[in-house]
Amino acid sequence: MTKWDWLERPPVPYTPGFLLRVLVKAALLFAALNAAFALLDPLPALGQLSLYNRLFPGRPRLPYGEDPARSYNLSLWNLNAMLESHEVARPKAPDELRVLVMGDSSVWGVLLRPDETLAAYLNAGGYVAPDGRTMRFYNLGHPIMALTKDLMLLDAAMVYRPDLILWPVTLQSFPRRQQLEAPLVQHNAAAVRRLIAAYDLALDPADPRLLDESFLDKTLVGRRRDLADLLRLQLYGAAWAATGIDQFYPETYDLRRSDFEPDAAWQGLAPETGLPEDFLAWDVVEAFFARAGDVPVLLVNEPVFISSGQNSDLRYNFWYPRWAYDAYRSRLFERAQANGWPVLDVWDAIASDEFTDSPVHLTPAGSRRLADLIAPVLLETPTGEGF
Amino acid sequence: MQLSHIVIFAAGGLIFAGFCPSRLRGWLLMAASVVALYWLQPTLTIFYLDFALPTITLTLAVALWWLTRPPETPALDGDDRLALALLAGLVLALSATRYLAPELRPTASRAPDVPPVALALLLLGLAGWLISRAIRARHGRLTAALIALVGLFIILKTPPLASGLAAALRGLTGQNQALAAPLDLEWLGFSYIAFRFIHTVRERQMGKLPALSLREYVTYIIFFPAITAGPIDRAERFIKDDRALLPAGENPAARLLTAPRLAEAGGRIGMGLFKKFVIADSLALLALSAANAGQAQSAGALWLLLYAYAFRLFFDFSGYTDIAIGLGILLGFKLPENFDRPYLKNNLAAFWQSWHITLSNWARFYVFSPLSRALLKRKVKAQSAVFIAQMATMLIIGLWHGVSGGFIVWGIWHGLGLFVHKWWSDRTRKWYLSLNQKPRLKTAWTAAGVFITFQFVTLGWVWFALPLESAWPVFWKLFGMTP
Repeated sequence: MTKWDWLERPPVPYTPGFLLRVLVKAALLFAALNAAFALLDPLPALGQLSLYNRLFPGRPRLPYGEDPARSYNLSLWNLNAMLESHEVARPKAPDELRVLVMGDSSVWGVLLRPDETLAAYLNAGGYVAPDGRTMRFYNLGHPIMALTKDLMLLDAAMVYRPDLILWPVTLQSFPRRQQLEAPLVQHNAAAVRRLIAAYDLALDPADPRLLDESFLDKTLVGRRRDLADLLRLQLYGAAWAATGIDQFYPETYDLRRSDFEPDAAWQGLAPETGLPEDFLAWDVVEAFFARAGDVPVLLVNEPVFISSGQNSDLRYNFWYPRWAYDAYRSRLFERAQANGWPVLDVWDAIASDEFTDSPVHLTPAGSRRLADLIAPVLLETPTGEGF
Repeated sequence: MQLSHIVIFAAGGLIFAGFCPSRLRGWLLMAASVVALYWLQPTLTIFYLDFALPTITLTLAVALWWLTRPPETPALDGDDRLALALLAGLVLALSATRYLAPELRPTASRAPDVPPVALALLLLGLAGWLISRAIRARHGRLTAALIALVGLFIILKTPPLASGLAAALRGLTGQNQALAAPLDLEWLGFSYIAFRFIHTVRERQMGKLPALSLREYVTYIIFFPAITAGPIDRAERFIKDDRALLPAGENPAARLLTAPRLAEAGGRIGMGLFKKFVIADSLALLALSAANAGQAQSAGALWLLLYAYAFRLFFDFSGYTDIAIGLGILLGFKLPENFDRPYLKNNLAAFWQSWHITLSNWARFYVFSPLSRALLKRKVKAQSAVFIAQMATMLIIGLWHGVSGGFIVWGIWHGLGLFVHKWWSDRTRKWYLSLNQKPRLKTAWTAAGVFITFQFVTLGWVWFALPLESAWPVFWKLFGMTP
């Protein structure tokens, strides 16, 4: 603690020259540190340093949060840090059959508690594979509608040795123009470009939405937000461990709409124009299966809300006009048949009152029902041997 | 204070120390403190209140300066008239900033127009003159001022009373009274300002307050580095530094921008910024709060949140104190220390001599000492007198933070703790002194004392951090029990 002698203390160590030298040295060190940081780009490596699964339990779903102070969770772009904070980063048990559940916000579980998600209900089922291994499901859903995001996450998650992949999808994730729209995708431009090149995806690697970073952006100063996010993710780990809360649950929310305008357009397309062949990113689905390699993938056409309200003869729900969704389903089966993709279609399997604030978000009961529908099919799906 | 405020204050301090002519330093400090008073005032929902409250602070400062002047002091001298004119001119100039673009205004929101402000100042002056004429007896005036200050403090710190006052003000401005809340009256630094006012009034009553010019008094009350989070300096100490700002020929300390001072100030400000914006703000993410207290799943989880709160509170407050002291050094003032490693003290009395030291000292001077003396004079047993005085002192410290059940229990918690400590140490003093012959045992005993004191203080924070109704269940849950 500083004492009360600062005025009396002889000023010998603190001459103007001394201070100037300190300032110059500090400035040089700061510049050197920033340059070294930019050159080495240690963020991905730093993302692998995690207190989760060591000091705190791993999160049952990926970090995502728009209200960190209330959800003890936050959205960040560091894929390594996201995955290392997840329970999937735990060592795989010898008798474990590891199932990754990829997908969008319905898989992640918006408005659902961690033990009410699809993955949680599948885990609660305690399913055992025919070879005797216990099936353990990991929720790797992320609340963004884009197949490219799922491909990118799968690419990063393959290191965790999955034996089976469950991939619920819906039409809203398919439009090609939406593939590079998600911030998580845009902030991982290098990973996305690598995937575009590796799987010859019909996406533009020079798309301006992919964020290219300058040298300055990569310095310590430029990365301060990313570094703060890494630190916050670790600190929120303590709050998560203490409370088991990773999402803010509003007391009320707006229910998905049941009545619609007499409008049958979808993503700028009219029924008469139909669904152009290249409008949906089927090449990303192909790349997903290719990336999974020997690990089997079960594609699930996830349940959607089917309205019986005003103009429901034109639209199934707020997102989907009937013609577009029907065309998508038809294409999905054609593609699946042609490529040998296993598909489970449960689009209309959940009662309409089990949907919450969007055409794909389920209540806990809906989520449990979906798990009950998927489980028997999963048990019949051949599984990988692991790596 | 936000980071932007601190950076601007530090830059201003550097310019002040390096370039301000010594004869203008005192005046510039007062002017800067006045502007900072309006600049730091939070925005309020009641129309013009965020302009009115700093103006009332200045009005109170002028009034209390007048009241606390030594009895033999003649009428205003030249410097006092200049200070009065400068204060009025600054208030009018600040109200005139309403015509500037919003981003250039130094006030929390758009200030009222100049003519009504000028009229209000005139009326305030007239009212002050009339009141001073009405209450002739000097002692009576000081006592009345003291009662008024305490009354105002109680109103502001008692949520139902503050809401009532806010509703009344909303009624005057034609705003929705149903929305009245204590936060409507968030008065920048009032807790500190009020205790400085009370200090000067009590010192005048005891005849110990030195003669202060209006400029000196106002600067002492609203010195901008210490306006938001203290420390609560003593006037006679503050004034020594203020007078050392005089022309260089009269005082060698007047050379402000020296390398030692710059290094010391930079070190303290840097340390304060690190404590507040890195450590405390990080710990805030997991510190105990009304929101997460009920969500904790186990006693262990609650302890984790509580420890985070304890350290967050320390680093936040001591960080601000470091910044205030560093800015003070830059401006030529050595503000008193407020913290001295409090969580490493091995008993509760030592903790209170090292936690918020200036508030503890204030309470000791103006509550504990006079009360215990009065009780002893009335032949109350020494032990009872100490108990009553300690409880009263800790209750006052608790209530200083706010009139609520939680702060009352927190005050009682510490009052009882101090009493038990005294009782225990009175009975073990000889044994403790004998430990000097056994250094290992003494070290172990000290370590145990540090641990127990820290646990006691940390448990006490439950009452401090949470409303009373949520604090009880949390307190029991910490021990694995349900109430």
